[in-house]
Amino acid sequence: MAEITLVEAVAMAQARAMQDDPTVLVLVLGEDVGKDGGVFRATDGLLARFGPERVRDTPLAEGLIAGMSVGLAAQGFRPVAEIQFMGFVYPAVDQIVNHAARLRNRTRGRLSCPMVLRMPTGTGIKAPEHHSESMEAMFAHMPGLRVVIPSSPAKAYGLLLAAIRDPDPVIFLEPTRLYRAVKEEVDDDGEAAELDRCFVLREGTDITLVTWGAMTRETLAAADALAEEGIHAEVIDVATIKPLDEETILASVGKTGRCVIVHEAALTGGFGGEIAARLADKGLLSLTAPVRRVAGWDTVMPLPRMEDLYLPSVARILRAARETVNYQ
Amino acid sequence: MRAEGDIGPPELDPARYWPLLRYLDKAGAAIAPLPETLDGRDRLVPLYRAMVLTRTFDQKAVSLQRTGRLGTYASSLGQEAVSVGVGASMHSDDVLLPAFRDHGTMLWRGVTMTEILQYWSGDERGCDFAGPREDFPVAIPVASQATHTVGVAMAFQLRKQPRVAVCILGDGATSKGDFYEAINACGVWNLPAVFVINNNQWAISEPTRMQTAAATLAQKAVAAGITGSRVDGNDVVAVRDAVSRAMDEARQGRPQLVEALTYRLGDHTTADDSRRYRDDTEVSARWQEEPVLRLRNYMVGRGWWTKADEEELIRDVRAQVDAAVEDYLSMPPQEPAAMFDHLYETLPPSLAEQRRMVEDSDG
Repeated sequence: MAEITLVEAVAMAQARAMQDDPTVLVLVLGEDVGKDGGVFRATDGLLARFGPERVRDTPLAEGLIAGMSVGLAAQGFRPVAEIQFMGFVYPAVDQIVNHAARLRNRTRGRLSCPMVLRMPTGTGIKAPEHHSESMEAMFAHMPGLRVVIPSSPAKAYGLLLAAIRDPDPVIFLEPTRLYRAVKEEVDDDGEAAELDRCFVLREGTDITLVTWGAMTRETLAAADALAEEGIHAEVIDVATIKPLDEETILASVGKTGRCVIVHEAALTGGFGGEIAARLADKGLLSLTAPVRRVAGWDTVMPLPRMEDLYLPSVARILRAARETVNYQ
Repeated sequence: MRAEGDIGPPELDPARYWPLLRYLDKAGAAIAPLPETLDGRDRLVPLYRAMVLTRTFDQKAVSLQRTGRLGTYASSLGQEAVSVGVGASMHSDDVLLPAFRDHGTMLWRGVTMTEILQYWSGDERGCDFAGPREDFPVAIPVASQATHTVGVAMAFQLRKQPRVAVCILGDGATSKGDFYEAINACGVWNLPAVFVINNNQWAISEPTRMQTAAATLAQKAVAAGITGSRVDGNDVVAVRDAVSRAMDEARQGRPQLVEALTYRLGDHTTADDSRRYRDDTEVSARWQEEPVLRLRNYMVGRGWWTKADEEELIRDVRAQVDAAVEDYLSMPPQEPAAMFDHLYETLPPSLAEQRRMVEDSDG
């Protein structure tokens, strides 16, 4: 078993899905996914292994990438399309919301859309303007989609395999900051991880910290620091933000009575608000303190020189967690 | 906006590069010998019949809307030759990606009148075609079906199937990026796709000269490196000929753009009142060019169509439409919870609760 990065796991999952597919339905497409192997190398080696019919560089047009994926998927193929950065996905959003997300419903199941649209998300690598936003809540608001965000190489491998095998459209958001941040042993065993469920990364009894994607790192670091203060935090990685596994979150908060939600995206309209609302709706009586959110500021994403000031820090998480635990 | 006539780079002579294909003049007289494979009573009557059916169906749909028994509806009045001509040029295993005014094409391909009425009444089941199972439902966001066409054509190419993806768009759609992205990609990959522009001169209230300064829409193919052509869209023989040839080319991996020039004799939809933005005189002049009478005149002139044939056809077509309307009106509504049943292949547990709430709801 090899130790690999998250971006290598993404490539490995795609290779695995293509290799395990005797019907040759899994296709990889996008800008620079061929010879270049993707600007982050998330499709590295695929062209050499599977050839230009299955690994296809497209013209530079995101609406085309999403729209042709809808056409391919309606024909029974399983396109895995890359949008180079989340900041460039907007021309494709028309296709995602108006077609991919509703093709099955509007044809009453006659046509469906088993496609995956992968893209890097989030800040933290000092990339130029428009390369750092976290817009998962926008996709989570669209009925008919799955929105999945891995938090580790193993999760990226397992969840991406699951997404490719899923019969419905999946928006697969890969935290840019994690692409090469950590290495982990990942067995290329073709085992998919479970979609539509949260993962408990760390068990605890005093407070529940709910997060996803890259913010799992700061949140786990905060949990370590809290443990030294005698506060045992449970850390939940939501992983699939839509459809949301509220049971796991409610069960955890039922145990701890306290919750802080951590995400990188801007606070207002962020997905943390949805989780807080579910807690208010179904978990209010188990809460012993108000639900707090630690999120990106409601500012335009700063350019790289100030991006660190935007990201929720371990210190901010700790402050919110301590205040929540000490709330009277 | 430029004045009418002041269009296009002067060095581009549309008549030279994109000549208009036409066999029948406005009055239905042959101005050139019809292609042998398209001429003759047995070949023309089915086209005529389909155009009359489409027009009768459109009229009925509009009257259903006016009497509160149908939702907003987009009639194809005046454009029957484009619609039917495209349908008749396709093979049954080709795939159609229509806009929302292509009823004649859909009917030709086996979508039922009942299904079309169901859809425009606001019932999703109308897109679950019993006939052409792989055809796309209508695309409401303009030009958004163009890029789907790329994917469908690529599927055929990957499977090495001799099939063609056929996209119909309006003139307004050619102003959108989706249109260019799609024809451009088809050029890059030599995909088996045909794009037919139903140029009915109006995108709601905007005439074609407000959409582009290009002298023709066919010439937009040049920028994508594919072949463009122009055809008189009110001459069903010409449409049939032009689109069939385009289909043959596309089947060989040479994507095609066909601009069919026609005219929207009706409103944009039943929610529109075109008297606000165009003159009645323009519309009445265009009635002199309409496609149904044109073909009838030709067939009558050849001695292939009599008053008795016409009367029998009208009776027959009306009976078909009435039967479809009866089917449509007697259809039980969907169960309320049906709105959840095709969101995903399997409804996630988190949505089961909402589905239950709808099921248990008393309004």
